[in-house]
Amino acid sequence: MAESRANVLDGAPPMVERPQSTDTAGEGAGDRLYYGVLWVLGFFVLVVAGLIVLNLALVSRPLFAVEGVWDFVKGDDWDPVTQKFGALPFIYGTLVTSLVAVVVAVPVAIGLALFITQFAPHKLAPFLSTPVEWLAAIPSVVYGLWGLAVLVPWLRTSVEPFLGRAFGFLPFFKGPPIGFGYLAAGLCLAVMILPTVVSVSAEVMKTTPEAQREAALALGATTWESVTWSVMPHSRAGILGASLLGLGRALGETMAVTMLIGNSRNISISLFAPGYSLPAVIANEFAEATDNIHIGALAACGLILFVITFLLNAAARWLVTAVQKGPARVVT
Amino acid sequence: MNALASSAPDSAPAVAAGAAIATPKVEVQKLNVWFAKNHAVKDTSLAVQVHTVLAVIGPSGCGKSTFLRALNRMHDLVPVARVTGKVLVDGQDLYTREVDPVLLRRRVGMVFQRPNPFPTMSIEENVAAGLVLNGISGNHAEVVERSLRKAALWDEVKDRLGHAATSLSGGQQQRLCIARALAIEPEVLLMDEPASALDPIATAKIEELIHELKEHYTIIIVTHSMQQAARVSDHTAFFYMGELVEMGATEQIFTNPKERRTEDYVTGKFG
Ligand SMILES: Nc1ncnc2c1ncn2[C@@H]1O[C@H](COP(=O)(O)OP(=O)(O)OP(=O)(O)O)[C@@H](O)[C@H]1O
Ligand SMILES: [Mg+2]
Repeated sequence: MAESRANVLDGAPPMVERPQSTDTAGEGAGDRLYYGVLWVLGFFVLVVAGLIVLNLALVSRPLFAVEGVWDFVKGDDWDPVTQKFGALPFIYGTLVTSLVAVVVAVPVAIGLALFITQFAPHKLAPFLSTPVEWLAAIPSVVYGLWGLAVLVPWLRTSVEPFLGRAFGFLPFFKGPPIGFGYLAAGLCLAVMILPTVVSVSAEVMKTTPEAQREAALALGATTWESVTWSVMPHSRAGILGASLLGLGRALGETMAVTMLIGNSRNISISLFAPGYSLPAVIANEFAEATDNIHIGALAACGLILFVITFLLNAAARWLVTAVQKGPARVVT
Repeated sequence: MNALASSAPDSAPAVAAGAAIATPKVEVQKLNVWFAKNHAVKDTSLAVQVHTVLAVIGPSGCGKSTFLRALNRMHDLVPVARVTGKVLVDGQDLYTREVDPVLLRRRVGMVFQRPNPFPTMSIEENVAAGLVLNGISGNHAEVVERSLRKAALWDEVKDRLGHAATSLSGGQQQRLCIARALAIEPEVLLMDEPASALDPIATAKIEELIHELKEHYTIIIVTHSMQQAARVSDHTAFFYMGELVEMGATEQIFTNPKERRTEDYVTGKFG
């Protein structure tokens, strides 16, 4: 994006904002001003992001003086006293909880978005989509409280024992039902990202050209078939984008996860086990961290989070374009 | 649904306007269509005999597409649309509860005014779509080839059946949609300006196709081209501002119209 924009601007003079020049000059000058402003704004965003990364890197320098980057990423000690720092449990917890959130939320969100846009009577649709959007307005600390008061006890007494009995042969559902842990944090995140995924997916579904639906229907498709033949193919890139947007939100979520994940530096394949996450460790320890290496380790956690989201975004963009293209050639 | 069109004798349909010798394949009685307050089709009644071609003509916006879409209940999907009156296919009213619009649309196929292939699917899959949707098994490749040949598209696409349908030109896409509609062999074929995006050669092929199809199908075609209407149709219906002004044998409509407005239109005085 930035590149193509730069190409458009090739040859444009360096921008100096002089509003009166648009009044007197013709359309060309107005266009140039417009592009110029956009260019400056776009550049500004990049600068801010760059400065944040730079700042994090600077703050984390004392850590990397005593600890290699790779050792930090794959280490699982975390001891400010002996100055041993490893972020693996946090990275793992962040990834696992976010993944649980996406796996749970996306199917539900697709179903809701389909119902709202395709199946619900037209007058009813707003009554369904509005409450979902309200979910987005709830502060995350309130989600955390809900998790503590409702979700964790429910998981401990009902869901986890049930999963253990029914699916205990899977490593994900082994171990004592504690309530706090990856599952609690992941499910809470699922509810938190639901509105994003639902509303973005629904918007994309709404843009399905009526002609495509009619094409299916005129061939004798049922309503459901018309959806799977037109709405879903049309929306799959958008749904993927929506899911990745949700994933991005889940990765960075701090408060609710901190309250529910158990804050135990632990790496376990079982979702019932307590764990930790990158944002949670930063939030929990930053106030107490006094020496530069400890602060540096926390900044490095931030940096890793940044890198993960950055990679995710890159992957997202690549995936969305790949899916959008659809089959150039189809094997039958 | 009810039995197929077995009642129609093979004799030529009556040419005299309005005279019916058997149950018409399609009969429209006092059809009205509204879009919210816009009365788009007004009190229209007409009949189409089996194995004939009816051309629907009229100025832009007069309700031709709206009329056509009422014949396979495509308005069911438009929330603001309201339809009253009867549309009988083989004597059975489509707008009653017992009729399943899904089964109906398999019998009354449609080619839309703007080409609408499935964009994520290949050429071949597009043509076979109706077969898959209706669970028709058998040799799909054969049906695909036959349908594409009928739609005068086979030679252009036979080497790239696996390519995306959207890689075709607009006119090719339109012929693809014709092939797609033909693949499920509907009894009645509704065509909304099927040739508007085609060059003269492809248009001629489509018109030839319509002549061939007439032997097995009943066709209602909307067209803006008087010449085309004259060439392909047995009867012509002239719509003006939502009303059916006049319907009759095509020759009569073009040479000896009863209504002043029809005459003005076919002689190019307006529209
Ligand atoms: N989906 C719709 N919603 C609301 N109004 C519609 C819709 N479709 C058609 N109309 C209205 O119905 C009237 C008839 O439109 P229609 O498409 O049937 O015209 P037409 O004769 O097919 O014109 P053209 O030759 O330009 O295709 C127009 O006034 C149009 O605005
Ligand atoms: Mg039309």
